Amino acid sequence: MQQTRTMELGTGLFVLLGIGALFFLTTQTTGRNDFDADETFAVQARFENIGSLKTRAPVSMSGVTIGRVTDIQFDPVSLEAVVTFVIDSKYDQIPDDSDASILTAGLLGSQYIGLQPGGSSFFLEQGSEILYTQSAIVLENIIGKFLVGGRPEGDEE
Amino acid sequence: MLREILDTFLKFLRTFGAMVLFFVRVFLHSPAVFFSRFPLVIKQVYNAGALSIVIIMVSGLFVGGVLALQAFANLERFNAEDTTGIFAGFALIKEIGPVITALLFAGRAGTALASEIGLMKATDQLSAMEMMAVDPVRYVVIPRFLGGVISMPLLTAVFTTIGLAGAHVVAVEWLGVDVGAYWQQLQQALDMEDVLEGIYKSIVFGIIASLLAVWEGYNAIPTAAGVGRATTRTVVITAIAVLIFDFMITAAVSLR
Amino acid sequence: MTWSRKLSDYLIEVHDVDFARGDRSIFKNLSLTIGRGDVTAVMGPSGTGKTTLLQLITRQLVPDKGRIIVDGVDIASLSQSELYKLRQRFGMLFQNGALLTDMSVFENVAFPLREHTELSERLIRHVVLTKLHAVGLRGAAYLMPGQLSGGMSRRVALARAMVMDPDILIYDEPFVGLDPISMGVIAKLIRQMNDALDLTSIVVSHDVREISEVSDFCYVIADGAVAASGSPDELNADTSALVEQFMHGLADGPVAFHYDAPDYEEQLLGKARGN
Repeated sequence: MQQTRTMELGTGLFVLLGIGALFFLTTQTTGRNDFDADETFAVQARFENIGSLKTRAPVSMSGVTIGRVTDIQFDPVSLEAVVTFVIDSKYDQIPDDSDASILTAGLLGSQYIGLQPGGSSFFLEQGSEILYTQSAIVLENIIGKFLVGGRPEGDEE
Repeated sequence: MLREILDTFLKFLRTFGAMVLFFVRVFLHSPAVFFSRFPLVIKQVYNAGALSIVIIMVSGLFVGGVLALQAFANLERFNAEDTTGIFAGFALIKEIGPVITALLFAGRAGTALASEIGLMKATDQLSAMEMMAVDPVRYVVIPRFLGGVISMPLLTAVFTTIGLAGAHVVAVEWLGVDVGAYWQQLQQALDMEDVLEGIYKSIVFGIIASLLAVWEGYNAIPTAAGVGRATTRTVVITAIAVLIFDFMITAAVSLR
Repeated sequence: MTWSRKLSDYLIEVHDVDFARGDRSIFKNLSLTIGRGDVTAVMGPSGTGKTTLLQLITRQLVPDKGRIIVDGVDIASLSQSELYKLRQRFGMLFQNGALLTDMSVFENVAFPLREHTELSERLIRHVVLTKLHAVGLRGAAYLMPGQLSGGMSRRVALARAMVMDPDILIYDEPFVGLDPISMGVIAKLIRQMNDALDLTSIVVSHDVREISEVSDFCYVIADGAVAASGSPDELNADTSALVEQFMHGLADGPVAFHYDAPDYEEQLLGKARGN
């Protein structure tokens, strides 16, 4: 009987340890799941160029992650990228003339969407489209323009 | 000459066919055995998993440490020591964790499975079961197979986690990489998909390593020498199969 | 009418069986019958396929040709589940007992009950201890198989073989590697079990003395067929060269002492002469 107890104890410990490790790996080594909301609303935005933005990239405002990119499509008519992202429903007072830009975390980091608040008294809701957008800065373009003496695209405003 | 080549080929084909049929049989009966003989499965999780945990943890710690050392030494030249975490994390989670765990498993648990089943065959225990109207595939082979399949992903997760800790110790405590930078860089670079790739690999390797071990044991020549040979073959064949499948999975994932 | 009477006398009939392992022919036109209620001995020099015969009778192997009939049914026609049902009527004692090494003596004997019946724990305990008592090992119930001597292992295996109350008990080389006392114990048990429980027993062995004491009828198998048969006394009196050699343990005879080899003198001197 002693043997059975050792076995059960050992197996239990091992399985717990394994599941704990799995849990650690899936939650602590990836950075993209800090956004976790039960209720969200979907918003669209059109960009000329999304750079290397991927689905599941964060959407942030004032540096706080408030949503996540869920879908990226190419519109064959307007020849633009259509990005759909969801925002946590508790942020229901974001002005609908806010503008969205594709930014880069650090110099070579991954890309995310940053929202800048506008001044409208109407708010973003399910199905809204953000009209003011700014494309990703593509490093090659900047360097190219810099070399021929032009000003980088992103510097205009 | 031609005749001999043909004979060898036919023999190979026959072995391969028998192997596939055996695998199908194991797969088909596995779900039923899992529920009807759960205590046996638990016992094999203990044998294959719990008893391998120490070797897995010690190996993981040192492999993680050495990865951090190598990464640091090279990244330092580009002033990119902060990305040591990325290097160690990627390597451990996607490749080294699953592969080394599978190789260690083949050496520790796979050989034990093969020799145990082979010995049961050599001492007529399998025939005795047949004669008692108990199917040895269901009673002996499948619980061991399931024990291995359940254990491998858990062992891999433990290996990888301990490996990350080992890399952390070397990079942060020893080489002075900033602890925040180490983890933040790692977290930003890794996607859920990368972690899942490692988990998928460990599941596939668990199936391969366990199947090959029980196959070699079940088909061992029932003598002392035969069992010894089956044990050796288990390690060799499992190692080759795991490395080939690792390449194929990585290729499939990265060329998608 | 006489035919059906005769049929029921034999529990197992082997008709014209051929069997080969790879290229090596083991049986050629083998026919024999096992009488109901008898202890039948199957003897023969090593390597004549005695164990193979048992495997054929229990359909662990399938013959290349011929029929094997158990209690009036051709066993080749059975499905897997019917075969398993038939096997529950067999109890088999393997050469070294073949106890399952990872469970105690008690659990080994209880194993068939747990697998095939829904008996309560109390009843299982009762049955197992009764069977262990019959082989004199009730006191060893909680030892592991590794702690038993060869003779004890075989007695436990015998208890296990009997636990499902089989009709047929098969012994594969029950005397090999045992000391004289253990041999005597096993021989006595074979006879006792057979008579007390109304069994039919088949004993494969080459220990002529022990087997002569307990068996009702003997077969001597050589060169893939039955070389002689009869009661032990008849065989002892048989004067044919092979039976005499076998029964009396003579080194040379029809079963040659020398493995086939080129001429002795020629092989020894051949090389010298060549030089």
